[in-house]
Amino acid sequence: MATVDTTRGDGVPHGRRVIIIWLVLSAIMTPIAAFVIGPLIPPGNDSVQAMGQVFDNQVLIAFTMPITCFVLVVLGYSLIVFRQRDAAAQGVPIRGHSGIQVWWLVVTTTIVLGLAAFGTYELVKDGAGGGQGPNATFLPAHHNQAMDVQVIAQQWEFTYRYPTAGGIEVPHLYLPANTLIRLHVTSLDVIHSFWAVNLGVKADANPGTDNVAYVETRHPTKINIRCAELCGLWHGYMFDERGHVVSQPAFAAWLKLQQQIYGPVSKVLPPYATTYSPEPPLRAG
Amino acid sequence: MSWRRLIGFNLLTAILLGIGGYYLGWWLGHQVTGPSLDYFGDTDQNDIALFMGYAFGVIGFLIGMGFLQYPLARLRGYPASLREKESEGIGRYLGLCTDHKVVGLQYLFGVGLFFFIAGLNAMLIRFELLRPTPVFNSGNYLTLVGLHGTMMMGMMTSAVLGPFANYFVPIMIGARRMAFPRIESLTFWLLMAAGGILVTTVFFGGFPTGWTGYEPLNDQANMGMDAYIMFFALVGVSMCLLGLNMLATVITMRAPGMTWSRLPIFVWGVVSTSILNLLAPPVLIAALAMSLMDRTAQTTYYLQSGGGSQYLYENLFWFFGHPEVYILALPGFGILLELLPVFSRKPLWGYRLAVSGMLGVTLLSFLVWQHHLFFSGINSSLRPFYMLSTELISIPTGLTFLCGLMTIWRGSIRFTVPMLFALAWFFNFLVGGLSGFFNSDTPSDTTEHGSFYVMAHFHYTIMGGLIFTFFAAIYYWLPKMTGLELNERLGKIHFWSMFIAFNSTFMPLFAVGLLGQPRRVVTYDPSLQWLNDWVSVSAFVLGLSMLLFLYNLVYSLLFARVRAERNPWGSLSIEWQLPSPVPVQNFDRIPVFENDPYGYGDGAGPVARPVGVPAGGS
Repeated sequence: MATVDTTRGDGVPHGRRVIIIWLVLSAIMTPIAAFVIGPLIPPGNDSVQAMGQVFDNQVLIAFTMPITCFVLVVLGYSLIVFRQRDAAAQGVPIRGHSGIQVWWLVVTTTIVLGLAAFGTYELVKDGAGGGQGPNATFLPAHHNQAMDVQVIAQQWEFTYRYPTAGGIEVPHLYLPANTLIRLHVTSLDVIHSFWAVNLGVKADANPGTDNVAYVETRHPTKINIRCAELCGLWHGYMFDERGHVVSQPAFAAWLKLQQQIYGPVSKVLPPYATTYSPEPPLRAG
Repeated sequence: MSWRRLIGFNLLTAILLGIGGYYLGWWLGHQVTGPSLDYFGDTDQNDIALFMGYAFGVIGFLIGMGFLQYPLARLRGYPASLREKESEGIGRYLGLCTDHKVVGLQYLFGVGLFFFIAGLNAMLIRFELLRPTPVFNSGNYLTLVGLHGTMMMGMMTSAVLGPFANYFVPIMIGARRMAFPRIESLTFWLLMAAGGILVTTVFFGGFPTGWTGYEPLNDQANMGMDAYIMFFALVGVSMCLLGLNMLATVITMRAPGMTWSRLPIFVWGVVSTSILNLLAPPVLIAALAMSLMDRTAQTTYYLQSGGGSQYLYENLFWFFGHPEVYILALPGFGILLELLPVFSRKPLWGYRLAVSGMLGVTLLSFLVWQHHLFFSGINSSLRPFYMLSTELISIPTGLTFLCGLMTIWRGSIRFTVPMLFALAWFFNFLVGGLSGFFNSDTPSDTTEHGSFYVMAHFHYTIMGGLIFTFFAAIYYWLPKMTGLELNERLGKIHFWSMFIAFNSTFMPLFAVGLLGQPRRVVTYDPSLQWLNDWVSVSAFVLGLSMLLFLYNLVYSLLFARVRAERNPWGSLSIEWQLPSPVPVQNFDRIPVFENDPYGYGDGAGPVARPVGVPAGGS
């Protein structure tokens, strides 16, 4: 304190040093984050929507990396350089700097608005695999030609109906490759959430509600399905790992086989509808 | 202590009357509903009786505490004293006491007790997840998850406002008491009654819904659910009254010279939290009242089959629920910015900006709740708005980062235990905030929603943001509250073990969630076992670090008993100019404030004049 003019600082260009360290670190870390770490973030490339989400994550992580670097560089530099060396030492009594404040607000607002615009664009493009309620607003191209598949959740399993195949109801989800699918997710009892992990699809299953989600499959693959909303006692067991995306001829063959197996049973089911009200109402309490 | 002192209005009487009230309500409930139960065909449970039991139990508990004394005295025309149990030795901690410092310590140990119980639940959850096949039965596991979540979210709302705001806000603004001292005590004992009720859920089969209590699962659940509803409703009342009391105190009871721009930043944190406390819980209470009606009176507010809608509950709950998470985060901002100047020996940088940041968060937090419902099937055209409003919150939150970082910039940083806990906020909240940006982005959230990713995200913000600053506040202020020092070496070991174990626990959970593990599952994909095992072992270390803190607390307060100096941190804030512990009347004369408490390095001197000469002696 005695040797340093506390109001003017110690003459070392701390600010410039920190900016340089930050720029160098960001220049290294941002490409690594965007092109090495980003593509590794699930859900992968099993559907168009999943790939869209991966791209979205790449952009987001590329933007968050300079922010992370900035906070950690300023924090780390301060903790090392400005640690107390003399028990009586005081800091420099600066109470603010209007330039920094304005710049900070401008920069953070710009980043936030930019990312919100980007996210909105990605969402509006095709709905990004999320459930959109009965009247979907974010439609992918050629949504008129989408194939309808219904997902029915109940405690504690998912079943699937194919309205194009006479409304048969089957225990495992099969989808044709390279096809736009319109999933109608509904529930018979409590709230569930249909999560096809590797297809990048999530839609809550609500009783009495038709929750529509679009997904465009790509190549044959397994489908990993989980219930993502706490739905009671056996929630942890409500998953289905036996679904598949198969080639279109294989799908046609599979569908024919299913019609033979489940066709007779499906005749006694209620006719296909977008929602179901089980009778008598399942009530407790 | 003579046995005669056990008779009177105290905790013992309150518990006895509470139990008596419970059985009275239970009996009355059966009188009301008895024959009609057979009509409804579910004789195995009687929710009406249980609700009435809880309600009468709470009333009995409060009567036993002595909360009726004052209104009855006034009704009979006696003037009632404001100073109930203000100087009665250890007994005042076990009853209705209008001394805000006693209430602060009551809160600290009361909330700490429930933090400990809920933490034990977390340990059991991680024990279950050590292997992919179940250890506990499914129902017990869900009850553990629900108890952990509900207790943490309910009780920890008062983790900072309860102990530290009650104790220090009146002192910091130069007042001798809170605006409503009896309500101040009521908030605490209501919270304790609520906590007790929540624990009783285990006698009624637990509840399967987690802390959100979603309908219609809520309606389907057995009697353990009633404990959840009663708990959250009482916590809501307690939060609301706490917020009201804080706002009234800060608005009306500031000493001369304590202008709004001299208010310590911690008090601003309390003010912004209190606004949320006042406005958010009534919505929850209304939502729970309808749940209660659905469960008892066979209404169908939330049942689609009866013309109701589960979306109503989801919207009401999250309209409360999102401000709720800022009720948990904002006090942490306040503590952070309050401590950084003291240990950087530098004024708070950008005071007005920091205040506007907190108030900005307060305002925006009411406009974002539907980001919890992105995929729920409600109208999707509103989604871009909620994405934008959620992301806008990062602007005022970023101001806290800016002011914090610029405060330590060119300071003279002392690495004391409270400072270490405060500095950890930067790292934890950075991870929590940026991971939240992915959540707010709807396309990215498609995968993350409802998975362990979200769980990791909010543990980073709440545990990393609130609990770390909560411990910072304990290490910083407990010497003032008790007059005894906490062991510094143990404190540093506690910090490092907690910081490392915390990150080692929650960082891998981001990956676990993205790889496809939903929240609250009792089983999981065997390929995720090594990650889950890593997390569980880290969580156990985290639990051990908490035990280390408990050991430090017991050792320092009961055995070592080293007297704390009046002002060990060299703080300019007014509470440190008073004796430790602070005398009953705080100041002998109301101080006159001349500066804000951040005049480090510019020779501004003490914050107020004359600074409290002890009223009751030291």
